[in-house]
Amino acid sequence: MSPRQDQPQFESWGRYPKYPAELHPLFWKEDFPAANAPESKMLAVGMGRSYGDVCLLQHGTLLQTPNLDRLISFDSQTGRLRCEAGVTLAQILDFAVPRGWFLPVTPGTKYVTIGGAIANDIHGKNHHVAGTFGLHTLCFELVRSDGTHVVCSPTDNQEWYAATIGGLGLTGLITWAEVQMRPIVSRSIRYRSTKFVGLDEFLALSHASAHQEYSVAWIDCVAQGRNFARGLFLAGEHDENPGPLTPLDKPRVVMPFDMPAFALNRTSVGAFNTLYYHKQIGKRRSGLTDYEPFFYPLDRILKWNRLYGTQGLLQFQCVLPFDSGSLGMTEVLKAITASGLGSFLAVIKVFGDAVSPGIMSFPVPGVTLALDFPIRREVSFALLDRLADITAEFGGRMYPAKDACMRATHFQQFYPQWQQFSAYVDPSFSSSFWQRVTGLG
Amino acid sequence: MAKRDPQVPIGVVILGATSSIAIATMRRLAAQNAHFMLVARNSDRLTAVAQDLHTRGAFAVDTWVMDLDDTAAHAEMLAAAAQRLGRIDLALISHGVLGDQHAAETDFQFAAAILHTNFISTVSLLTWLGNYFQAQRAGTLAVVSSVAGDRGRKSNYVYGASKGALNVFLDGLRNRIDRDGVQVLTIKPGFVATPMTAHVPHNALFASPDQVARGILKAIERGRDVAYVPGFWLFIMLLIRAIPGRVFKKMNL
Repeated sequence: MSPRQDQPQFESWGRYPKYPAELHPLFWKEDFPAANAPESKMLAVGMGRSYGDVCLLQHGTLLQTPNLDRLISFDSQTGRLRCEAGVTLAQILDFAVPRGWFLPVTPGTKYVTIGGAIANDIHGKNHHVAGTFGLHTLCFELVRSDGTHVVCSPTDNQEWYAATIGGLGLTGLITWAEVQMRPIVSRSIRYRSTKFVGLDEFLALSHASAHQEYSVAWIDCVAQGRNFARGLFLAGEHDENPGPLTPLDKPRVVMPFDMPAFALNRTSVGAFNTLYYHKQIGKRRSGLTDYEPFFYPLDRILKWNRLYGTQGLLQFQCVLPFDSGSLGMTEVLKAITASGLGSFLAVIKVFGDAVSPGIMSFPVPGVTLALDFPIRREVSFALLDRLADITAEFGGRMYPAKDACMRATHFQQFYPQWQQFSAYVDPSFSSSFWQRVTGLG
Repeated sequence: MAKRDPQVPIGVVILGATSSIAIATMRRLAAQNAHFMLVARNSDRLTAVAQDLHTRGAFAVDTWVMDLDDTAAHAEMLAAAAQRLGRIDLALISHGVLGDQHAAETDFQFAAAILHTNFISTVSLLTWLGNYFQAQRAGTLAVVSSVAGDRGRKSNYVYGASKGALNVFLDGLRNRIDRDGVQVLTIKPGFVATPMTAHVPHNALFASPDQVARGILKAIERGRDVAYVPGFWLFIMLLIRAIPGRVFKKMNL
């Protein structure tokens, strides 16, 4: 199969940056052009839900995996699911939930592939108890451009296992993986949401609900003064009372067009945040909800990134270790509110201390903040640079899967192990992110 | 297929079981207590498909590796299918090649190969299966043809001719055995995002294999004769067929 000639663009979720690349869809595992690798470098890509350039490769060949979507085996006794790397979390949920099993870890979108989940060592609302996706990845197959097939697990080829989890797809092509699922008896999540004002109250709430399986908070990055760092703290657990497992068949809403950039300004974002905060009248609210709106509120609007128009958006996510207290995060939030560029949704969460097997894995114990910004040439990049400085100052790090502009010096400070990792990078693989932050080909 | 005991698995033969349209259709059938006999040429791929269906809850999955171009071996394979399944309720013929139109314009061997795979070998399968279903006085014969068979166009008329001939054959076969309780379904997909079309840019007319699968199963359920999938292709092809020949021959389609 020859790559497509006409180079339709593959965009990351942030739609920035945009690079031309050859697209090479893989339909079968053996379609991987290992033996006759193209002259240019390669990178495996799934759904393109990472925001910046970890899933881009300028002038390279993108091996598209979503057609590698076959299940291989499922043990209904143990919950071990083995499938090809292009299977999405949405497809896994459709298969597993009616059988009484749930994902061990899920991010805020279900439209990511299992290969991407491993390559970015994704985390979710249960990080404080379950750690990252890599901790639940029992084994996978890595195919290198020299044609070697390596089955990696905590006991076999463990150095490749450790390099590939969080390895940004640079160690080769993941063809299949086996994941330990988690049993459930109902689709429902028992949740409680609590209003808070200030980081200290957020940290107290996080501490008090550390036993809850899921927790996350939405935080207002626009309000200043006495409303500074106000937000809604959300905690939940799978309902322990047996309930329906079969799916709801709700129509989804697709953003039909790109919003003009002027639609997003301080007033509209501020108004949205005020509405969101006051949507909940009382201090606390609790109840039962289906897992879909609990985990994937934005998936209801397919292609919500179009809200930001064709020029795209910048996403920022950092984690600051606990020892800086709330000082560092206060600095970050102050810089954001002062800029007036805050997004609709900023998410803040406490990471736990479960250690990922991945040597390049992003999460470390501490507080993580994620939000997006519109791209305003003069100000947005300067703000992100300032945020990276604060992150560095407080001993934190930024998340490559969300990044489009961190400096090489920052990256190398955040991930001093990058040189050790680079020994595992496949000589025929690269990404625009990797080229940007290491200066390597 | 509507009136059956849900406890008894449906016997399904898939000829060309590694095609994307076939895979999407089988995944939907797997949830309905189906016993499959999968036939395809590449054994690694066939194993991957069989594992997928087995994992998704198919009653059972049997496989048979063969090149369907080898018509002499059809009878043995189909008899084995009937024996392993106990009874064939549905046969889906989904093998086929797009072929190299450009090469086929100058080299008859290329044209003959396209016609052999898409038409001649299918006729061989249809002959055996048509008689089997007629004797059984029940069953569904679903055949993946193409909208390209509705009118010859310069860009792919050899492929189109193979599918056009197939459409005519299916019309006649239906005319013969419909009265014996056999459904003969001609499936006419438009553009589908499959390996067959991976080399062309995908526009808004492209459907996913799963959309096509849904259309196929709906057409089977409703006892249709011909199904354009997705349905809007019926209108596109009505328009294309309505263009007068003296205009059509000047067009670039």
